Amino acid sequence: MATSARRAFFRRRKSCPFSGPNAPQIDYKDLRLLQRFISERGKMVPSRITAVSSKKQRELATAIKRARFLGLLPYVIR
Amino acid sequence: MSYYETVFIVRQDMSPSQVEAMADSYAEVLSQYEGSVIKREMWGLRNLAFRINKNRKGHYVMMHIDTPPAGLNEIERQMRLSEDVLRYMSVRVEEVPEGPSPMLQQRERGERAPREGRGEGRGRDREDREERPRREERPQEGENVAASSAAEGV
Repeated sequence: MATSARRAFFRRRKSCPFSGPNAPQIDYKDLRLLQRFISERGKMVPSRITAVSSKKQRELATAIKRARFLGLLPYVIR
Repeated sequence: MSYYETVFIVRQDMSPSQVEAMADSYAEVLSQYEGSVIKREMWGLRNLAFRINKNRKGHYVMMHIDTPPAGLNEIERQMRLSEDVLRYMSVRVEEVPEGPSPMLQQRERGERAPREGRGEGRGRDREDREERPRREERPQEGENVAASSAAEGV
C-alpha cells in the first residue's frame, strides 16, 4: 500500500537542460535563453523548479546578472 | 596577452557614425598598448531594460580584444571619463567565439522567433510554480494524505 501510494506522487525527474549533448551554452548575450529562467517578475527561477544542476545554476546566475548590469534584462518588472 | 570581451553602451543621441568613431578611437588606444581588436559587433540602438542616467535607449557595441592588462585599463579609464558612455563591462574570455553572437543571430531570425520564445517560457514557469511545491510538501505529511490523494488520482 505504502509503495503504491508513493508511486502516485512519483514524477519523472527532469534532467538538467544544460547537460548532455547539444546543450545550449550559457551566455549573458543569449537573451532568449536567459529569459526562460526568469519569472515574469524578472526574478531568477530557482533550480528546483527548472531542474538546472547547481553548477550550471551558478553559471546561469552570473550570466543573468551580467545581462542585467548591461540593461539587457530588467532587475524587476513592475 | 589575453582575450577580453568588452561591451559598452553609448548615449542614444549620438549618431551611429559617432559611435563607430568612438569604437575606432578605443581600437587606436589599444594598438598603442600592443593590443588589437579581433572582432567588433554593433548591436545598434536597443531599448534599455531600465533607465540608465535618464536614458531609455543606447547604442550597444561589443568588442573582442586581445590586449595586455594595461591596454584594457586604459580604455576602461577612458570609458569611465567619457560622458557619452553609459555603461561598460569587460569580461575575460578564454577564446574568441566564432560567428556572430546570439544577440545578432536573434535579429537575423526576425521578430517572430523572440516573441514566440518569450510567451512559451513565461507560461511554462508559471505552471511549474504552482505545481511543484505540492510535490515537495505532500510526501512528508504521512501516508494518510498520500493514500487518500492516490485514491483521487486513480
